[in-house]
Amino acid sequence: MADALTVSGLDCYYDETQVLFGFDLTLEKGEVHCLFGRNGAGKTTALKAIMGLLPARTGSIRLGDKELTELAPEDVARAGVAYVPQGRRLFGELTVAENIEIGLMARNRGKATREAVLDLFPLLRERLKQRSSTLSGGEQQMLAMARALCLEPEVLLLDEPTEGLMPSMIAKIRETVAALGARGVSTLLVEQRVDAVLPVANRVTFIENGRNVETVPVERLREDPELAKKYVGVG
Amino acid sequence: MNIGKQIILHIAVIALLAALDYVLPAYHQGVFSRIMVLAVFAMGYNLLFGYTGLLSLGHAMFFAAGLYGAGLTVYHLGWALPLAFVAGVGCAAVLALAIGLLALRTTGVAFMIVTMMFAQVLYLATLYFGQWTRGDEGIVLPQPTRLVEFAGLHFDFSNPVTRYYAALVLFAAVLLITLGIVRSRFGRVLIAIRENEDRTRMLGYNVFANKLAAVVISGAISGASGAAYALLFGYVGSTFASVQYSILPLLWVLLGGASTTLGPLLGTVLMYYLVDFSSDVLARAVPDWNFSYLGVVGIALIVLVLFFPKGIFGTIRAHWARWLP
Repeated sequence: MADALTVSGLDCYYDETQVLFGFDLTLEKGEVHCLFGRNGAGKTTALKAIMGLLPARTGSIRLGDKELTELAPEDVARAGVAYVPQGRRLFGELTVAENIEIGLMARNRGKATREAVLDLFPLLRERLKQRSSTLSGGEQQMLAMARALCLEPEVLLLDEPTEGLMPSMIAKIRETVAALGARGVSTLLVEQRVDAVLPVANRVTFIENGRNVETVPVERLREDPELAKKYVGVG
Repeated sequence: MNIGKQIILHIAVIALLAALDYVLPAYHQGVFSRIMVLAVFAMGYNLLFGYTGLLSLGHAMFFAAGLYGAGLTVYHLGWALPLAFVAGVGCAAVLALAIGLLALRTTGVAFMIVTMMFAQVLYLATLYFGQWTRGDEGIVLPQPTRLVEFAGLHFDFSNPVTRYYAALVLFAAVLLITLGIVRSRFGRVLIAIRENEDRTRMLGYNVFANKLAAVVISGAISGASGAAYALLFGYVGSTFASVQYSILPLLWVLLGGASTTLGPLLGTVLMYYLVDFSSDVLARAVPDWNFSYLGVVGIALIVLVLFFPKGIFGTIRAHWARWLP
C-alpha cells in the first residue's frame, strides 16, 4: 500500500517544554492505524501536531506529495486531513443537518457527499432537525465523525472516539472505521482500550514520553497481550 | 418551508411599521423614526455580537464614524445628501477594517477592552478637533442642507413624514440584508465560529477572514445608522461617540434577543419606551436625581443578564418557534 501520511522526526513544544521527540509515523492508504500509550504519553499531541494546531520546530508532515508542516489548521483540513477531537465539539446550537452542512461547505461538497455520509450513519438521518446538543453521546460522536467525513478527507484523525460510549455504539463506530478503510480513507486512531481496536486496526504504534517506541501489526498484539501491558499498563 | 415563513414575517413587520405612520400621534411618529434608525445600529451590532459571538464595547465609534462622515461633509463641504450618506458608510467601513485588523488579534475580554479603547480615542478626537466638530455642543445641520432632489421629486428630511419613510426604507433594507446574511453560507460560518472557533478552523475555514468580514459589515451597518441619524435628525455631536452609545446597542440586542433578526428592533422599541416612561415617572418622584435614565438602563441590564439571557425573541425561538432566524 502507498503511504497516505508520513510524519518524520517531529519535534514539538508547549512553550519551552518539548512534548514530541523526533516522532515518526507512516499511515498507508486505507489503513487503520492505532496510537497507543499511557495518559500524557503524547497521543493527542501527535494528532494536534499533524493538524497544525501545534507548530513543529523540526521534522516534516506530508500528505502524499503535499507538504503540511508549515500549514495552518484550516489549510491542513482543506488539504485533506480531518480531525475529530476528544469530546466531539459540535456546534451545539445548530441542528444535525446544519452541522453537516457546515462540514460540506468547507470543501464545497454537495448532495452526493451528504447522502454518502448519511448512509454511513443512518441514525443521523432520523435526527436531522434535532439540535445537536440534545443528541446522546454516541449520536454526538457519530455526528462529529459525519461532519469530518463531509470534507471527503484522505486521512481521518480520531481521538478516543469510543470514550464513554455503550457497547452497541462502540461496535457501530468500529464498523464505520472499517468501512472507511475499505473506501481508501486512512484512519489514525488514538485509543486507550486494546479491545476497542483489535477488531479494526491494521497496525499499532506505541508512544511513550513523546517518542514512538514500536510499531507492530495488530496480530502481534493479539498474540502477545503482554505487549500492550508493557506500554499502556492494561491489557 | 421555514424560508417562506421567515420572509412573510419580515415583510409583515415592515408593512406594520409602514401602517403605523397612519395611526401614530406626531410625538410617537418622531420616536419611531428614531427607533428605526437606532434599530439599524442594533442590527449591525447583532451581526457581530449575536451571530459571530464577538462582544464589542466600542461600536459607538462606527456609529459616530457614519454620523460625522455624513454630517461633516454636508456641513463643511456642502455635499449632497446621498453622497454624504455614502461617505458616512464608507468612513465606518474603512474604520471597521482598520480596527478589525488590529482588534481581532485579541479574543474575549481583551477584544472588549481593545474595542472600547479605540472608541474612546475616537470620542476624544471628536472633542480635540472641536474647530471642525464643535465637540459636545455639536453641529446642527440647517434645514436647506437636508433637502434632496431625486428623479424630479423633492424630499425634505426635516419633514416628519419624509423622515419616517426614509428611516423605514433604511430599516427594511438592512433587515432584509441581515436575513440574507444569516441564511447565507457566510452567516452559517459566523454561527459556527460563535459556537466553536477552533472546530470551525479545523473544518477548513479561515476564521480570521470571516471574523474580519463580520466586523466590516457590522461597522458599515452601524455607520449607515449613524449617517442616517445625522441627515434625518440634523444633529452631529460627540455624545454619540461616547461609551454610552457602545453599551446601548448591547442592551437593545440582549433585550430583544441576540442572534435573532427581529430582536434588535423589539429591544430598541422596548428600551426606548421603558427609558422614556420611567424617566418621566422618576423625574416626578425624585426631581433632584438627574441620572434616573442611566439608572433604569443599568437595572434593565442586570435583570436581563440574570433572568432573561436569551432575550424575548431568543426565548420564543427556544420554546415555540425554532424557525425564527
